[in-house]
Amino acid sequence: MSEVIYMGEKNKKLSEKIEELSGEKITLCEQCGICTTSCPMADDMDITPAGIMRYSQIGDEKVVDSEAIWICASCFTCTVRCPRGIDLAKVAEALRELNLRKNVDHIDVNHLDEELNELPAIAVVSALRKFTS
Amino acid sequence: MKIGVYVCHCGGNISDAVDVEKVAEFASRQPDVAVVRSISHMCSESGQRAIIDDIQQYNLDKIVVSACSPQFQGETFKKAVAKAGLNPNMVVMANIREQSAWPHHDEPENATEKAKILTAMAIEDIRKKEPVEKVTLKMGKNVLVIGGGIAGIQASLDLANAGFNVYLVEKKPTIGGHMAQLSRTFPTEDCSSCILSPKMADVAEHPNIHLMTYSEVLEVNGSIGNFNVRILKKPKYVDEDKCTACNKCTEVCPVSVPDEFNLGMTMRKAIYLPSSTAVPHSHVLDEDACLGLKPLACGLCSQVCEADAINYDDMPQYINLKVDTIIVATGFDIFDAHLKPQYGYRKYRNVINALEMERIIVEMAEGHVIRPIGKDIAFIQCVGSRDAQVGNLYCSRICCMYATKLASLLKRMDPSREVYVFYTDLRAFGKGFEEYYRTAQELGVKFIRGRPGELAEDPESKKVVVRVEDTLTRKIIEKKFDLVVLSVGLVPGEGTVKIAEMLKLPRSADGFIKEAHPKFRPVDTPVEGIFVAGCAQGPKDIPDTVAQASAAAARAMSLMNKGEYEMSPIKAFVHEDLCDGCGLCVDKCPVDAIKVAGVAEINVAVCKGCGACISSCPRNAIDLRIFSNEEVMAQIDAALRDKKPGEKRIIMFADDMCTYTLADGVGTAKLKYNSNTYIIRVPSSSRVTPEMMVRAFEKGADGIFLGECEAAVSPYPDTLKVIEENVKKAREMLARAGIEEDRIQYSPFVTVMFKKFVALADKMLRMAEKYGDIPEEKRRRLGMEKVIYHE
Repeated sequence: MSEVIYMGEKNKKLSEKIEELSGEKITLCEQCGICTTSCPMADDMDITPAGIMRYSQIGDEKVVDSEAIWICASCFTCTVRCPRGIDLAKVAEALRELNLRKNVDHIDVNHLDEELNELPAIAVVSALRKFTS
Repeated sequence: MKIGVYVCHCGGNISDAVDVEKVAEFASRQPDVAVVRSISHMCSESGQRAIIDDIQQYNLDKIVVSACSPQFQGETFKKAVAKAGLNPNMVVMANIREQSAWPHHDEPENATEKAKILTAMAIEDIRKKEPVEKVTLKMGKNVLVIGGGIAGIQASLDLANAGFNVYLVEKKPTIGGHMAQLSRTFPTEDCSSCILSPKMADVAEHPNIHLMTYSEVLEVNGSIGNFNVRILKKPKYVDEDKCTACNKCTEVCPVSVPDEFNLGMTMRKAIYLPSSTAVPHSHVLDEDACLGLKPLACGLCSQVCEADAINYDDMPQYINLKVDTIIVATGFDIFDAHLKPQYGYRKYRNVINALEMERIIVEMAEGHVIRPIGKDIAFIQCVGSRDAQVGNLYCSRICCMYATKLASLLKRMDPSREVYVFYTDLRAFGKGFEEYYRTAQELGVKFIRGRPGELAEDPESKKVVVRVEDTLTRKIIEKKFDLVVLSVGLVPGEGTVKIAEMLKLPRSADGFIKEAHPKFRPVDTPVEGIFVAGCAQGPKDIPDTVAQASAAAARAMSLMNKGEYEMSPIKAFVHEDLCDGCGLCVDKCPVDAIKVAGVAEINVAVCKGCGACISSCPRNAIDLRIFSNEEVMAQIDAALRDKKPGEKRIIMFADDMCTYTLADGVGTAKLKYNSNTYIIRVPSSSRVTPEMMVRAFEKGADGIFLGECEAAVSPYPDTLKVIEENVKKAREMLARAGIEEDRIQYSPFVTVMFKKFVALADKMLRMAEKYGDIPEEKRRRLGMEKVIYHE
């Protein structure tokens, strides 16, 4: 069964938001796929880097909820190779930011989860930084 | 002085909005006007007849036609006055249709007032006008063609067949260029060298073509009709006429070096035939590879040469030529794949470029296996094209089709091969191209949409691992190939860059030579008398190259055929008594037409008549014919005469090519803008000096607008810069007199910016209304500022 994406205002808004946060013109992507096979983590991603660009152009919400944006190592290989000169690392960062704004993994410092205590201190600090705002 | 003024009704087009009788009556009260008529259709036979009869009957010496745009009917009336025995410059048109009746059609009173002033401006203009003689140059029939690829060959043959004298200069020892290296041509799969070699032979045998191979253009001076060219003919050490190409010298030569014709994949000797179809069909001795000539170290080749063609004492020759026109056909280089290190060119054994693949296939067809190519072959598209990372944003246009061709040929040779083309967009735009793409698909070539980020080599098998995202299935595919071919793009050749600098030809952002107009003068360069053909102008395939070469030849012929060349009479000239030879104008000229020898001298063959030099002269010693300072000033004064208190008048200087045409277009479309705008036609707004602008304000202008062609379409390079400087100076003077600086505005235009034109015209008026009238004492202070500026 094919998934149909009904393009509406929310798609437009998401695309615009990604462009605003990343400062990159995502419509420039010509879908050559060079980013994907430059990416050292692409094999572990649920959406390929070129796919991330495509879904961003369409404004499909699933890109914000993807695993791929967290697997991105910010190594910038895609950025230095993109023939259209798009800084894909910035786009990924914008998507992570959008995901965080949903507050899905929000941590309340007053009620820390038990399992957090088992983590190394540095991971706790990192989690607090990311998920408390 | 007796002036005749003719007001046209244009069958209602003008007279519906403008009261032509009032305009005629107004004209009759102007100085020096002897005859005034209003006529239904001035451009008709009877209208022209009226002018001719009046000139003869009343001895009129100057004519004003208040009718439509001079761009539309200017030539008609020039011819009419010439018929009556006047100089063609003795007629001026007031454009009361496109600039008044049409844009102001719903305000007839204002339209009539504006038509009166436009007519007065034309009358004042013609009062200052003087007869201008034709500027002609003697033209011979000598053409220099630089570059002996297919473009240069085609242009040379066309010109030579038409009876012109062609000097064809090629830096390599043989003509033929890249086309001679190709296997077959798309989409017809003709053998490339088989269709090219008869043309090469024609060049060698043609009595009107002087072929100079192994030669370089060192220096070009002068201008159209008189280019002085210096050429270096490098020594070949073999007499072209005596050599029989028997190959005995090559057989005995002990030195082997990489053969550039096969891109270094095979070896050649130090004395060699450049290719099997070389023209001239003569061996050549590579001085650098030879064991030694001075003193002679080996001498074997001379011993075996039965034709006695080898001359170790051959010397470089310097040849001086005088030619009338030049065709630049210097071609392209392929993109250097080293610049994309991630593809491992020359690092991985089985990664080659497409031109190497061409040579491999040609040699295979002749039974020579240069290198094994295996079963599984991949093509990677857009290497060095459409790539911001290497700075080449353009599409090289031919790679999609040559890859399709090479893939098809490989598949035809051995259908069991697996041939893949990895692409982003497949562009099959030409005649027969889409069908050819389909044929390749029928042959089983696999086109995968996706380009690899990098290539890797399997350390054992030396196969090349291609990993690519198939962007259609969104899956990553990985496959090992025996050979990967990089479909490299085209870049401006080293020769193209060198020649462009030598001839002062501007290049576009992609680095290729820029044409004079992208649509209507595609083979002309901005330098008069120099044309461009083939890939020197931009990447293109063989049919386009040949078409362009024939076009360049035809354009060169059209300049030379009459024996003289009539130039535009609009040229800068110097008042020698005023000029003190300071040389400030020299740098202002965008085409280097000015030299100072005691006083400034203008090379009329080079001068394009923009007038950018005028504002630089501190002594007003430099001026422009047909659009002289006096003529422009007279129009400014007339446009501002009898201005009532509270009334607003804006002067718009419009360059002929873009802004004036645009204003005509706006009028023709009957788009409304305010009737307070008075347009003065100039070749380029860069000829409007700061003094003129200030003078306009002194005389009562409320705003000044300067329109100029956008740089990309402008016939004059760099004039916008001059306008910017002039405006800055004028604004400073306004500021010192306490007048708002932004009453002077300028903008680049192209001929279709209708909305922008209307918006800017209205913006100028709104600004003038906002600022209100300029007090008389401030206007008077401007006169003093002008004096200060001058000193």
